[in-house]
Amino acid sequence: MRQNLYGLMAEFAKSEELLRAAQGAYQAGYRKMDAYSPSQVDGVAEAIGFTKTRVPLVVLIGGIIGAVTGYGMQYYSAVRDYPLNVGGRPLHSWPAFVPITFEFTVLFAAFAALIGMLAMNRLPNPYHPVFNTPEFRLASQTRFFLCLEASDTQFDLQSTRHFLESLGPLAIHEVEL
Amino acid sequence: MVAPGHNSESVTQKISSIVLERPIMLGWLGGFTVAFGLLMMLNIAIGWLLIKGVGVWGINIPVAWGFAIVNFVWWIGIGHAGTFISAILLLLHQDWRTSINRFAESMTLFAVACAGMFPLLHLGRPWVFYWLLPYPDTMGLWPQWRSPLVWDVFAVGTYLTVSLIFWYVGMVPDLATMRDRAIRRPVQLVYGIIALGWRGSARHWKRFHAAYLLLAGLATPLVLSVHSVVSLDFAVAMVPGWHSTIFPPYFVAGAIFSGFAMVLTLAVPIRKFYGLQDFITIRHLENCAKIMLATGLMVAHGYITEGFMSWYSDDKFDIYMTLNRIFGPYAPAYWLLILCNVIVPQAIWFKKIRTNPAILFVIALLVNVGMWTERFVIVVTSLHRDFLPSAWGIYDATQWDWMTLLGSFGLFLSLLFLFLRVLPAISIAEMRTLIREQKEASK
Repeated sequence: MRQNLYGLMAEFAKSEELLRAAQGAYQAGYRKMDAYSPSQVDGVAEAIGFTKTRVPLVVLIGGIIGAVTGYGMQYYSAVRDYPLNVGGRPLHSWPAFVPITFEFTVLFAAFAALIGMLAMNRLPNPYHPVFNTPEFRLASQTRFFLCLEASDTQFDLQSTRHFLESLGPLAIHEVEL
Repeated sequence: MVAPGHNSESVTQKISSIVLERPIMLGWLGGFTVAFGLLMMLNIAIGWLLIKGVGVWGINIPVAWGFAIVNFVWWIGIGHAGTFISAILLLLHQDWRTSINRFAESMTLFAVACAGMFPLLHLGRPWVFYWLLPYPDTMGLWPQWRSPLVWDVFAVGTYLTVSLIFWYVGMVPDLATMRDRAIRRPVQLVYGIIALGWRGSARHWKRFHAAYLLLAGLATPLVLSVHSVVSLDFAVAMVPGWHSTIFPPYFVAGAIFSGFAMVLTLAVPIRKFYGLQDFITIRHLENCAKIMLATGLMVAHGYITEGFMSWYSDDKFDIYMTLNRIFGPYAPAYWLLILCNVIVPQAIWFKKIRTNPAILFVIALLVNVGMWTERFVIVVTSLHRDFLPSAWGIYDATQWDWMTLLGSFGLFLSLLFLFLRVLPAISIAEMRTLIREQKEASK
């Protein structure tokens, strides 16, 4: 097998073809693969074996940390660190602490969504082997791609190419490392 | 929703070509020059303010809030429509939002940027604005958490940050499209950097959509909370005309009302000059107009309730405040707001009118004026005659007040012109999905 090969990539014109190809490849036993599309295609991520994302969990944790931080900051500063009697109001006047607690919750959760999504996607990542294929420019415009990666145990240049051809793609590209 | 005959290729081509292929047009250049001129005027006005102090404005006792707070509330209200369109309508599966959400979100960002400037300038010593933030200072002091003015700092700060995150995350796939379609190397590099290496992987898309929906869910309560907190700046005070429990919902309705007016004010010319009638159709304008009508009626209900409550309270200061608004020295402003916010929008009941872009544009402009006047009436007429007649006074805006207001248009429009020039004004990725779904539905 060639050393500098990242994988074989099939190019499709329609989202349904990509979905069928992804399902077919998974059934044929391929595991290390990825599908690329200009906008989200429902079901493709599941078809290549990616069924669950932990983004919601990260956002939940971010929100909880935000709520605790927001309330804790107000409690600590107004009750512990610098108790100040303003018009006889209780030091721990919790209803007045609600708005900022809410804002902190939303702010931290939003940052968790942004950073969590990017980190789990390993972005920013300006270089990736798939970009070596000139036709891949179309993956952000009109075309759909399925890439079977060479690191898959089942990958074999000849048989994998045959398999991809059986899916009826527009073209098959060799992706170099 | 989208004019027939479009496919994902033509959508991609059409939206990206506005940025990548269209030469700089005379109209754009002229518009940007005017906007930039106003921005320079803002710089002069702020410079003079920093040299001389807030005394250059018309504010004094009893009216200490003046234009700065009127403009702040007005601009931040305008921002609300963008979040409403991009977050709430997304969660409600209103597909028509797709072609207007990007520029409505941009409008939000620019409006909040304009808004945030005013309370800072109004501080008197803007360079110590950070005293509002919790940080370990040498005196060991903290912000006063029980004050709505401090809540405001956090509400507006969070709003701006979350709107920015939401806007940017939603744009990443489109930036990848721009990167791949750009012809010149420097342009490719810039889009390549801000696209973060997005490659449209199925795994990425799944996480992206989870994050995007959650951000929409997080932005949704902000639509209601930001202007509620702004209204508490007023409602927590004892001043007649401010001390009212109807303020939070009434302010939120007013914010969405003025925001949709601004969306229409911008959408009508943009779709015409950039030939986007296929994407921003009459149906979009009509829907925006309907939301404007509905929220306008809520605002009208707020006016009626305010009047009723001051009569029902039997509080002589409150009754005087209401009569003073209607018949006092600022009566023309009151009647202008009634005309613009209550009477004029009723024309939208007629289908002929709400499907006519030119007339909608005029109505929207009048609503913008009306909502600014409303905030003027709330701020100024409440303060200028409160409890003690010996402490009454008259507020007059100076040229510096006007220059700052007009200058903030310059800031807003300059940012908007630059946005239209360098970023895709419509979400290309979402339009592709929309067209695919539309095709499947018609099969």
